[in-house]
Amino acid sequence: MFNSHSTSKNHLAPILVDNISLELNNRLLINGISCQINAKGISVIMGPNGAGKSLFMRCLHGLATPNSGQIFYAEKPLSPDIQKQQSMVFQSPTILRRTVLANMLFVARQRGQLNPKTSIEYLAQVQLEHLAQHPARLLSGGEKQRLALARALITRPTILFLDEATSNLDPTSTETIEKNLQLVDQQGTKIILVTHDIGQAKRLADDVLFLNRGILTEHGPARSFFKSPASAAAKSYLAGQLVL
Amino acid sequence: MTIYSESFFAAFNLLATADKDLVEILYLSINVSLLSLALSCFLGLPIGAILAIRQFPMRNLLVGIFNAMMGLPPVVVGLLVYLHLSRSGPFGWLGLLYTPEAMIIAQMILITPIIIALSCQVLEDLNEDYKDFFSSLVVPKRTALVAYIVDARYSLLTVVLAGFGRAISEVGAVIIVGGNIDHLTRVMTTAIALETSKGELELALALGFILLGISLAVNFFAQWLKATAKRRAYV
Ligand SMILES: Nc1ncnc2c1ncn2[C@@H]1O[C@H](COP(=O)(O)OP(=O)(O)OP(=O)(O)O)[C@@H](O)[C@H]1O
Ligand SMILES: [Mg+2]
Repeated sequence: MFNSHSTSKNHLAPILVDNISLELNNRLLINGISCQINAKGISVIMGPNGAGKSLFMRCLHGLATPNSGQIFYAEKPLSPDIQKQQSMVFQSPTILRRTVLANMLFVARQRGQLNPKTSIEYLAQVQLEHLAQHPARLLSGGEKQRLALARALITRPTILFLDEATSNLDPTSTETIEKNLQLVDQQGTKIILVTHDIGQAKRLADDVLFLNRGILTEHGPARSFFKSPASAAAKSYLAGQLVL
Repeated sequence: MTIYSESFFAAFNLLATADKDLVEILYLSINVSLLSLALSCFLGLPIGAILAIRQFPMRNLLVGIFNAMMGLPPVVVGLLVYLHLSRSGPFGWLGLLYTPEAMIIAQMILITPIIIALSCQVLEDLNEDYKDFFSSLVVPKRTALVAYIVDARYSLLTVVLAGFGRAISEVGAVIIVGGNIDHLTRVMTTAIALETSKGELELALALGFILLGISLAVNFFAQWLKATAKRRAYV
């Protein structure tokens, strides 16, 4: 269930990222990121390919452990219990070798959600209920992403991480998913999403984090970011230029 | 008629009349192979799973050793088991030499590495695919292990079939430790070897046909499993 029904965004303790760095294969891939992310609303992470967006998200979710620095959720350091309240949709989602419905049921069961009807309802939200008995690995790329999203939503997370979760979707599906996300946002789930779709970022974002070469170059309200990005990297990214 | 065609005719006759000796040999062969297979799976599948999923020191070395052991020469295994079970050997007091149990032990030594190495590979691939998702969901270890085995069931069954194929057709080890004693440790492969050397081809041929049939059936079954798994997108 959701933590709180408070309407004030500032009322809840935020997510605190305290100077995290991550080095893999002698490459400094996350370079001293510190920030404070609101506990509600939609935060969008943007940045060029290889900037470290996926890695940063993995750190936030506890799938990668930074070499230094710490992450706090409501003043508590990240732990499996906190991780359980979060859900992540991966850039290329893992699909269990089972039917679409069985994929839902597996996740639902992990969170004590035993009624198959609920799974069907969540499938319906992403227009996949007609494929419930279909082998999930035979779904199209976009259908897989929708299944992954439904799987993430059925856990009713307090924080939902989405790594380019709509990158393979057609315009109609993208719109449906965005509506879904806005609904989930209104219900109080925090959403952190990575996207290269500037239109989508403008439609959804409350605030934007811009990453370049493992550095958080700026973090601010969406409106001011899109109106006047502060860093040169963000400026050229938004202008569609290669960031070097 | 020539010896050649006579032998075939007599062999078919043995098959058609379900000759008592033939049935006995067949029965023992299948019993020994299935028992060693069952024991090897009981031992090998969990080891394969642990090697696939857990990271620990020496893990890679162990995987390498089991992979190498897949190619153990049966006669050498037979010889080693013989040495251990013979009266002067460390396990001589068990009195197992020249019994079906000795054959089962030898076959287990041959099959278990196959089960371990192949199942490890299958589960390792699956783990590579599932691990991030499972750790994101914070899936308990046991649940994950069950999910791995369920989702890899087709490939794992193929692994088991490979083990059975090796067991039923193997001759070098069982002839040394079993001794090919009539009505006691004579199995298809050892009977074929003996009958052929005596020049009595009909029993050898009849058994050969059965062995060939089993081998083909196992392979067709494995093929069918693969196709089914593919159709249902389990691989
Ligand atoms: N497990 C890993 N080991 C070594 N290097 C890695 C690993 N994962 C990612 N990297 C490197 O880290 C850098 C950032 O990767 P990341 O996946 O976070 O990029 P991204 O910002 O998500 O890019 P994209 O927009 O293409 O998804 C890349 O240069 C990548 O090669
Ligand atoms: Mg990425």
